[in-house]
Amino acid sequence: MDEITSVFVTESREQLAALESALLQLEHNPGDDDTLNAIFRSAHTIKGGAGVIECTYIVSFTHVVENVLDTLRNREITLDADLIALLLACGDHMGQLLGVLEAGASAPDEELSAEGEALLQRLQAGKGASTQAPNTNPTAGTPAAFDALIESSGGGAVETDCWHISLRFGPDVLRNGLDPLNFLRYLGEIGHIERLETVADAMPAAAEMDAERCYLGFEISFSSTADKAAIERVFDFVRDECTLHILPPHSRLNDYFTLINALPEDLMRLGEILVRVGALTQHELDEGLSAQLAPLAGAAATDAAAPTQAPQIGEILVEHKVVQPELVAAAVARQKQVSENKAAEARLIRIPADKLDRLIDLVGELVIAGASVNLLASKSGSEALTEATSLTGRLVESIRDAALQLRMVQIGDTFNRFHRVVRDTSRDMGKEIELVISGGETELDKSMVEKLGDPLMHLVRNAMDHGLELPAVREASGKSARGRLELNAFHDSGSIVIEVVEDGAGLNRERILAKAIERGLVQAGQALTDAEIYNLIFEPGFSTAAQVTNISGRGVGMDVVRRNIQGLRGSIDVSSEPGKGSRFAIRLPLTLAIIDGFLVGVGEAAYVIPLDSVVECIELSAEGSERDYVNLRGEVLPLLRLRQLFGMEGELPSRQNVVVVHYAGSKSGIVVDQLLGEFQTVIKPLGSIFRHIKGIGGSTILGSGEVALILDVQALVQRCASKEAQHVPGAARALPTTSRS
Amino acid sequence: MAAQKDHDADRITIGEDMTIYHAATQKQALIDALKASTRLEIDLSAVGEIDTAGFQLLVLVKREAQRLGKQAHIVAHSEAVRELLDFYNMAAEFGDPLLIPAAGA
Repeated sequence: MDEITSVFVTESREQLAALESALLQLEHNPGDDDTLNAIFRSAHTIKGGAGVIECTYIVSFTHVVENVLDTLRNREITLDADLIALLLACGDHMGQLLGVLEAGASAPDEELSAEGEALLQRLQAGKGASTQAPNTNPTAGTPAAFDALIESSGGGAVETDCWHISLRFGPDVLRNGLDPLNFLRYLGEIGHIERLETVADAMPAAAEMDAERCYLGFEISFSSTADKAAIERVFDFVRDECTLHILPPHSRLNDYFTLINALPEDLMRLGEILVRVGALTQHELDEGLSAQLAPLAGAAATDAAAPTQAPQIGEILVEHKVVQPELVAAAVARQKQVSENKAAEARLIRIPADKLDRLIDLVGELVIAGASVNLLASKSGSEALTEATSLTGRLVESIRDAALQLRMVQIGDTFNRFHRVVRDTSRDMGKEIELVISGGETELDKSMVEKLGDPLMHLVRNAMDHGLELPAVREASGKSARGRLELNAFHDSGSIVIEVVEDGAGLNRERILAKAIERGLVQAGQALTDAEIYNLIFEPGFSTAAQVTNISGRGVGMDVVRRNIQGLRGSIDVSSEPGKGSRFAIRLPLTLAIIDGFLVGVGEAAYVIPLDSVVECIELSAEGSERDYVNLRGEVLPLLRLRQLFGMEGELPSRQNVVVVHYAGSKSGIVVDQLLGEFQTVIKPLGSIFRHIKGIGGSTILGSGEVALILDVQALVQRCASKEAQHVPGAARALPTTSRS
Repeated sequence: MAAQKDHDADRITIGEDMTIYHAATQKQALIDALKASTRLEIDLSAVGEIDTAGFQLLVLVKREAQRLGKQAHIVAHSEAVRELLDFYNMAAEFGDPLLIPAAGA
């Protein structure tokens, strides 16, 4: 797939997403013209783009959709729920057509074509006889067929998708040092001058011609993403001394003829120039001209002395029903919206993801190199050098943060996709569900957002299918008929928490337990907390749904969800209350590449603890050196001795320290020899042979060139907790597996 | 005025910039040269700079030649001239005198 096609596919998918969300918005707020216009624009942009890359099947399908949207805008037909559903289906179909294009096929296969046909027929049926049926065969979109489509749309829009700029310079511009050449060259910088025709007709014969006067005019076909205001700005300096007409792309035929009438040159000559520039086709010109000339000939025949003032060609075109009359104000408003839209686009830059990855790799190397410079500087004892390196260190830190920020995207877009899912699913199941989204502006790494889509989809479907009850059941249990589904995102101690919350029936503790015993996951009579029981649903092959629906309930979900989340170095927990609903909380690290670490030493080795999880550091008192817990201001803090855990030999130092870490609401103390301070840590993955080692999350390289292991606080805290549970069965109630934040 | 007239070849050579500063004198020289010849060859190879005023002169000469039934050819372009004619999309029109549009047609 060439670059332009891939850009088209990416942008069209964005347009489709916008179209879909606008349609859903319209469902709640049917009379909203702005939203309707937004939908029309999205469809129009997709069609335009498809035309540029000559993808005829997308053009012809989208064209019909666009027509229907146009009749909607003109209030010729009214919008109802069925039409919205149909338009949503059309949007889906366009997405599939994009898939076909992406796969490199020349045309959709029969099944997809048939689906397209069916959709178009339903569209036509809904639209009634307001417009004649255009050619709906997606494979027959030859240029000729496209012509026919344009005509049948009744809009009379010309084919070109370039701006048309018509310029006549005043006589004094040259004398004033304002050479037209400079303006036109500058114009070339904000877009591409497709074709330029110089019009020198105003120049008189040699005797009267003043070499210092300007007699020139230009007709320009101009392709650009700039808006009209930006094009006008090019000519700001000569605005008083030139006549400027700008026609936006796809202007109506009569706009061109209004222009022709406004210009000083002869009609035929100008017509030819416009054809040469590519603004009009010969066919379009002939159509306009014949309408212009016919009444003239008639008038000449009947009364030769009659004033030969030709009627405005635009009026003729309207009279002849070539162009439907349209309010100028509406056109202006639409154009303004388009230009605002374009301005918003211009603030964003598209960068290939691998370039960003490369940048982040480099920043990682920079951090490591910086650490070694730091080390050397502090060894050298030179104060000035230390100061300089600490300044560089700060800058490196800022660069690191900024670079990582580049990869961050808001999760809102991912959340918003679920509006559609919830709408469709709740209809299918006959449930009333309200989707509430909060924290959509929370940012996380783009690669993570992409991998989150599937697990989230599963959780949402599960919640709708198993969690929320039918309206009647809800009312019977004293709840409102409308179920509530929440998607929340927020930051919490260095991780991001994403929650799927519903106010449904809650998980059935007994059934889960029975099923788990039946499957041999737990022993009958084993003492388990509620939280432990609820979390059993993440075990492979576990599904308690009495009824397997096509939405969920095949038991191949929750364990996959958990695996996906763990693959992102995250965790998932569920909490539930009978009759009140359930809450699934996904906890993810902020980034995948570089973290702020806390460097500690045990014997000869160094370890890194992610700084976000460090609460405080305390000295290990003499009494604590014998027990596996200490009293931390009245709390029992379980201790985890790295020296023991990793089986390290060697003399115990005279003093040991405890780093208090927390994860998902529970605290543990990690006993180490030395506290070495904060350290920017570039996470290097461990080789696959170390994959199954618990408690180690990765490695990093220190300034000295030595390797330090990064501790996996989550695994350590859990290990600590389970060890505690083994020793003190009664303490199992304090099991820190859920967070009810 | 640095234009020289080569009587044998009916050739006029413009050796200075064709900018608005020289436009008036160059216009006269070009029109005079055209009057004195039926086949004028214009050598622009030494034109270092040309602006829109200079361009207008070329349009004028071409048009006058057409009007008078004479021929005027640019036989040598400097880089600047060629670039300007390309930009104004007049190279094709200049290359074939028959296509020079009569005013108002």
